[in-house]
Amino acid sequence: MDPKMQTRHLDFYYGENQVLKRVSLNMKERQITAMIGPSGCGKSTLLRVLNRMNEVIPDTRLQGEVLLDGNDIYASGVDVVEVRKRVGMVFQQPNPFPKTIYENIVFGPKMLGRRDKAYLNETVERSLRAAALWDEIKDDLSKSGLALSGGQQQRLCIARALAIEPEVILMDEPCSALDPVSTLKIEELMQELKKQYTIVIVTHNMQQAARVSDWAGFLLMGELVEYAETNEIFSRPQDKRTEDYITGRFG
Amino acid sequence: MSPKSVQKIAKVFIWGGGAITVAVLLGIILYVLIQGLPSVNMEFLITPPKGGLSGEGGISTATVGTLYLLGITLAILLIPGIGAGIYLAEYARDNRPTRMVRYAVETLAGVPSIVFGLFGFALFVTALHFNFSILSGALTLVCLLLPTLIRTTEEAIRAVPRSYREASLAMGASKWQTIRHVVLPAAMPGIVTGIILCAGRIVEETACLYVTMGGSAAMPTSLLKGGRTLSLHLYYLAMDTNAFDKAMGTGAVLIIIIIIINAVTNLLSQRFQAKMRGG
Repeated sequence: MDPKMQTRHLDFYYGENQVLKRVSLNMKERQITAMIGPSGCGKSTLLRVLNRMNEVIPDTRLQGEVLLDGNDIYASGVDVVEVRKRVGMVFQQPNPFPKTIYENIVFGPKMLGRRDKAYLNETVERSLRAAALWDEIKDDLSKSGLALSGGQQQRLCIARALAIEPEVILMDEPCSALDPVSTLKIEELMQELKKQYTIVIVTHNMQQAARVSDWAGFLLMGELVEYAETNEIFSRPQDKRTEDYITGRFG
Repeated sequence: MSPKSVQKIAKVFIWGGGAITVAVLLGIILYVLIQGLPSVNMEFLITPPKGGLSGEGGISTATVGTLYLLGITLAILLIPGIGAGIYLAEYARDNRPTRMVRYAVETLAGVPSIVFGLFGFALFVTALHFNFSILSGALTLVCLLLPTLIRTTEEAIRAVPRSYREASLAMGASKWQTIRHVVLPAAMPGIVTGIILCAGRIVEETACLYVTMGGSAAMPTSLLKGGRTLSLHLYYLAMDTNAFDKAMGTGAVLIIIIIIINAVTNLLSQRFQAKMRGG
């Protein structure tokens, strides 16, 4: 099966500073791919390249290809809105808008031009159910998203990302601001979501990568040192640097 | 000296400073109200001033002039002021021209209002033949207040967390949609504060209107008619007449108007924020 997303010889620069070096990576459909590595290794940058969020930052440059279903998302003529519609994102800090729960979820569809009420109502229920939040808050849809607990806020953000029916979900350390119970809920949720979505997660928590992912890549100073099935990389790392990192010798 | 006694002394200074400030401000307000309120009655409010050196009559045309000027000035001011603030915060690249614009805005915000008055006199009153009029006064106030509104708007927008913008963009919203539906609502309390600040300045400004609005005591029936605001009326009463009691009465009305403007806008922005933060 062809990979859902792919990077080929990807170089990325902030000004003169090269943060990704010839990264070639396949992300398989309906699998969870985890990127691990020490702070500043480029894993968040790699994630943000996958939905062109890096373009928000001025003075950045990219070489190489990023393929979604075999098509380069950086090719000229590709609409960035279309890319971000297909590749959703969940951030490190839960960042619901200071709007009601309902408004948070219909935000994406509304911006993409969906207006009819029945569709929006249905989307809210579908997204909240998919994010395992519906039963907890179905009576509070007119409450502010900021009134929820941290873990609920993050699941709201996941629901919000699901509302635009993406194919790929990028998660940038989605649990680093959450307590262990909320973290566990998000991890269980990811196992549900991967039945339908391709997930790429960045984490510096190796136990988490080992628990949730099917494939794992180790990034060090912008270089993809090793990429393999998760149990392979954690039980039989091929590269000395990977072994040092996962056994906790540095990082 | 031990840290404990240093802390005690610091506390005394901070408390003292705060107490003196509050006392002075309350003192001024109370003094004006006590001196002024006895001469405020219905007749005072609805009679036009006689004008000239007499000091007789009420403040009806000055009140109308103030509200008229307030409305016209805000109507002209808001769109360019808030627009420029959005532009500087969201669109302008950080280069030399932008830095110069920002520097100019900051400098202009500190220029005394009489300088703007002279500029308004030369441009609007004389060169453009608007004469002494509400329009000349309003346009001059717009020049005076644009820097303030631009700066407060820009700061309010910059204070919106980047994470809101990223979440919006990541869902395929365009930059303008993000600004319109996420950034501006979140920045609204700050922008509203800037508008209140401007409204207060319009009501209290005297010097730059002295040279652009004339000071006619007649009812301002059109944009091109001259007129006077309450603060201008107060100035004339205090300088040209002996009607000290009426000057104080005008001052009391002015203070009450400013208190009402502040209270109403605070209430509105609190409601707005409560809705945003969500109870």
